[in-house]
Amino acid sequence: MKVKSLLIMGYGVNCEKEMALGYSMAGATPKFAHINAILQSKVRIFDYDIINFPGGFSFGDELGAAKALANKVTFSKLKNGRTLREELVGFVHHGGYIFGVCNGFQLLVRLGLLPNLSGEQEVSLAYNSSGKFEDRWVLHKINPLSPCVFTKGLDTIYLPVRHGEGRFCAKNSGVLKQIISENLVALQYCDPEGNPTMSYPQNPNGSLESIGGICDRTGRIFGMMAHPEAFLLFYNHPLWTRMIKSKIDTPNIIEGGGLTIFKNVVKNAQGDKK
Amino acid sequence: MRDFTWIEVKVKDSFDDPLGRGVKEDINKFFSEEVTGVTAIKVYVISRDFSKEQLQTIGPALHDPIIEECKINSHLASNVDFSWLVEVGFRPGVKDNLGNTAKIAIEDALDIKFSGSEGVYSFTQFLLKGDISEKEVEGIANGLLGNRLINSFNITPSKKLDGLKRTIPEIKLRLKQIVERINLQLDDEAMMRLSQERLLALSIEELKAIRGHFKKPSQMRNSLGLGEDPTDVELECIAQTWSEHCKHKIFNAEITHKEPGKTEIVDGCFKSFIKNPTKEIGKKIDWLVSVFDDNAGIIKFNDKFNLVFKVETHNSPSALDPYGGALTGIVGVNRDPLGAGTGSRLIANTDVFCFAPPNFSGDVPKMLLHPRRVFEGVRRGVEHGGNKSGIPTVNGCIVFDERYLGKPLVFCGTLGIAPSKINGKPTHIKTISPEDLVVIAGGRTGLDGVHGATFSSEKLNERSPTSAVQIGDPFTQKKLADFLLEARNSELYTALTDNGAGGISSSVGEISRLCGGCKIQLKDVPLKYEGLQPWEILVSESQERMTLAVPKEKIAKLKELAALHDVGVAVIGEFTKTGNFHILFGQDTVALLDLDFLHNGCPKLRLEAEWNPTSSESAAFSFMKDFGSTLKSLLSSPNICSKEQVVRQYDHEVQGGSIIKPLCGNDGPSDAAVLLPLESMENHSFQGVGISNGICPKFSEFDTYHMAANAMDEAIRNLVAVGGDISKIALVDNFCWPDPVFHPESNPDGKHKLAQLVRANKAIKDYALAFGTPFISGKDSMKNDFHAGNVKISVPPTLLISAIGNIEDVKKCITMDFKNRGDVIYLLGITRNELGGSELFMHLKINGGDVPTVDACLAKNLYIAVGSAIKEGVLNSCHDCSDGGLAVAVAESSFAGGLGAEVDLSLVQSSGHLDDCTILFSETPSRFVVSVAPESQSRFEELLASCAFSKIGIVKPGKSLVIKGQKGNFIIDEGIEGLKSAWQGGLK
Repeated sequence: MKVKSLLIMGYGVNCEKEMALGYSMAGATPKFAHINAILQSKVRIFDYDIINFPGGFSFGDELGAAKALANKVTFSKLKNGRTLREELVGFVHHGGYIFGVCNGFQLLVRLGLLPNLSGEQEVSLAYNSSGKFEDRWVLHKINPLSPCVFTKGLDTIYLPVRHGEGRFCAKNSGVLKQIISENLVALQYCDPEGNPTMSYPQNPNGSLESIGGICDRTGRIFGMMAHPEAFLLFYNHPLWTRMIKSKIDTPNIIEGGGLTIFKNVVKNAQGDKK
Repeated sequence: MRDFTWIEVKVKDSFDDPLGRGVKEDINKFFSEEVTGVTAIKVYVISRDFSKEQLQTIGPALHDPIIEECKINSHLASNVDFSWLVEVGFRPGVKDNLGNTAKIAIEDALDIKFSGSEGVYSFTQFLLKGDISEKEVEGIANGLLGNRLINSFNITPSKKLDGLKRTIPEIKLRLKQIVERINLQLDDEAMMRLSQERLLALSIEELKAIRGHFKKPSQMRNSLGLGEDPTDVELECIAQTWSEHCKHKIFNAEITHKEPGKTEIVDGCFKSFIKNPTKEIGKKIDWLVSVFDDNAGIIKFNDKFNLVFKVETHNSPSALDPYGGALTGIVGVNRDPLGAGTGSRLIANTDVFCFAPPNFSGDVPKMLLHPRRVFEGVRRGVEHGGNKSGIPTVNGCIVFDERYLGKPLVFCGTLGIAPSKINGKPTHIKTISPEDLVVIAGGRTGLDGVHGATFSSEKLNERSPTSAVQIGDPFTQKKLADFLLEARNSELYTALTDNGAGGISSSVGEISRLCGGCKIQLKDVPLKYEGLQPWEILVSESQERMTLAVPKEKIAKLKELAALHDVGVAVIGEFTKTGNFHILFGQDTVALLDLDFLHNGCPKLRLEAEWNPTSSESAAFSFMKDFGSTLKSLLSSPNICSKEQVVRQYDHEVQGGSIIKPLCGNDGPSDAAVLLPLESMENHSFQGVGISNGICPKFSEFDTYHMAANAMDEAIRNLVAVGGDISKIALVDNFCWPDPVFHPESNPDGKHKLAQLVRANKAIKDYALAFGTPFISGKDSMKNDFHAGNVKISVPPTLLISAIGNIEDVKKCITMDFKNRGDVIYLLGITRNELGGSELFMHLKINGGDVPTVDACLAKNLYIAVGSAIKEGVLNSCHDCSDGGLAVAVAESSFAGGLGAEVDLSLVQSSGHLDDCTILFSETPSRFVVSVAPESQSRFEELLASCAFSKIGIVKPGKSLVIKGQKGNFIIDEGIEGLKSAWQGGLK
């Protein structure tokens, strides 16, 4: 049976369509659900293997990125009397995967589902040091020791960031130390040699320890600022016209580097089914 | 007075606050260096009572516990060392997106619902530290922190913090609704006074036509007791529908056009020069689907999908409040493709701005904002409008000229895609049957935007209403768009249209024609607050609203879907076949207008145009020695320099289909954008679409005919440069003109400006036919003047041509950066002595010279050949040669590729002998700089056999650009890094 991946949309989320395409290309069956359909118990998250919170501007980011959406997930109750946050905790407990990109990452952080050391919110994604929203491609170094299933086997990944609030901050140095020592840092902004960096623009937002994405201890909840769904095709790469030596024999390269992330989680979820 | 709950939030001292820091930097840069610190605090004031337990939950719902701190009913400022507190709020009725979101957050957190009279109002406090006077603080408040047209300011010294009083911007309106009868039995002067006082923007001829119409009341009118005087609702409705903004009276006017030795009658510029040529071209192509009939132009993408495109301006509101104006502009134009046919999915935005230079140092007339502020506000508005809607902003440009000081021009375009059929029914056709329900969906209706259409049809002056300034809400509209596309796919409605200019009166009035009438109950229109007058409800231009025609049996499903998406919908009436636009307010009929009169009763405008060509003097200028530094100056000039800081703040990649981006290679300037819609990706197809723009008001003073020709050539050329196919390019025109209606005192050169309009239109016709590129939609804005006292500032005649092109295989597309050392550089096209209006002459402050002219025949031939060459893959790079000429184009291709180049000017094919300077900087159109791999040279030259091309140099491994003059001497030898940093530093 194919892996089923749910993309939660609505209230200003806007990257769900290309993310769904990523899952299709990775061999899964994507499905969309408005968050209200889940809150109204019309869609059950437990019917899916992977729950996704795609990027976007939920509630226009008015109270801070994903803040109002986090309130909804924390406070609104389903028909069974549980909140969606409680359902998500149960979902992971049952072996499910949760992926948040950009606004989705900001959401998971605010919900305390990432890094999920105590269950409370422990880290945040603050305004970029530049004070600006920025769209630019950045190189990430993958932490090979991280339990994150999404980044397995990768060394570096080049992806676009598109956010105004991505500066990783921790509640205190203890939290930060724990995230690092437990290898919950899944990827870091790095220089062309693969060294994590604090220098702008390679580190586009001033993130502490150059952190670009973290996972929980299971490695099955993962959030990142950059957009793997924006690099499903080789032709999305900003330098693709320079990477083909001669235009006459355009090689038949189709897949983009971002697809690996989707393939990884789908492969893992598929493995669980066997 | 009751007490309010208030909640304050600020970034903890232990964390960096880039926003406060940014404000401090701006204050230091533009106002006072005395300010040494700025702290920002958000304040939410809530007009509702809460229990203690509830208050404990609200705090965490409104702030981030890691980086922010929060206080309830006390001042965070009391722990901050500061001198002045500036609290910025919104004026009553101005949209407060933050306050609205805070309200939702509180409702979710407490599981409560606010009543209609309860609300959350957001304020921002700026705590300024430094030795500055109250007057200086006032200057900073209105000059940077807010805009007095939309904001309220509360300025308090630190020692008076405890006595801080704030007023809640609640709307207080008359609670009694009155419908007035307007007596039109007046003399001309009194009638015109009436038109001005009510901001109707109606002319005396139009007022007389209205009076004449009402003199013969219908039986129904009599039976409803309406009689011979129109109601205020009727008059307002007619005024909006007949406004220049909605009716394009000047573009449809009969014009007597005089040129030396010749007088002709133009029977409508639009019909003669735009619509008819498109019809002609339409006979030879099979991909026009719906042109000029709908909110946007619709063309065929492939057998399964159509493309939908529209570009609009939002100039007057952007002059008053740049952020709100531009934001409203972009989300407003989004609703055009969203509301074309039965709706399309929005896949790209474009933005083109015309501003006065940001470093403008002259006097800025009272009421106007400094161009630097206009620039930043507009930029931010477009950023939020696009980014928050999930639509990539993929292409645009910025033109700087001091004549845009009075009115900036803000052009926003949106491209959509729609399945050509749903369940066998074509999606480009709207249908309505009598008894279908009139449904309004999206935002609520308020006083905002009352009189927007008539306001923008008049010149900007001191009396311009602040209600015309709005703040768009991309969040509400994104929810609406998600909902509408699902409703469309489930066929829950049969027609929809945008509530833009003129509000319900225009939108419902317009689509009622499809079935022949409607009956609307104004009391059923959901309002933001009570107390609107009936006419205000009808003409309000509150944003984010669409009107739908819904068959009765579908309404329950539509409402259910709307509830899922948290979108407001309300049935406000029924479509009919009575021929009437029938408006009720409760039991009373407040308007009964004959649809035919409403739409066709406006008397045709008759205007005079007179063209006196200015004799072109050839410009003499002293020979320059230092070409290298001139090149650097041009690269860093505002019109040419990098717009990276703007581009990067737009999300130009959302939706995952970005193929050719705004920045190419090492951040060089792309000529056009190419995207691959998800609809193609899902079908494993590589069919995409290219988007480009052309705009050159700098040539208008010479001859608007050539200005228009150059703009068209530029738009097409840009698209061809990335791989567009000229046989599949569609165009959209946007005219922004100074008032072209003659008036002996206020507009003595009106006839000339109208002649300029006619000439630009003639070019449009000639070149559209010659290129075979149809216009599919367009827009005009005819009163781009600012008038106050003796000061009149008019924009130069400006025409934006936007192009979209169907691209068969995006894998074949190319970029402008040089790719490999050893590649051969060619200049395609002939170079002529055409420095008139050029960037070089602007830089040297030289008037005169010869304006560039377009030879359509040569150009088309070249574009076809370049298209084939790109398809065959023999070009490694291709760059449009325009602003700054050959020198700028080669420099850009070099530094974007990180490669040097050597070019020999003696090899350039020119028309007659030209000096080195002219060859370098002439802006002859229809030219490209391309690079070709050595092994592809012969094939390339074969493909270009019938065109003019010159092999001018070679791409070098080094890091310098070397240009040899015709005498063999080196006239430019510059490092590409230096050239690049000049180009990148222009707007810093």
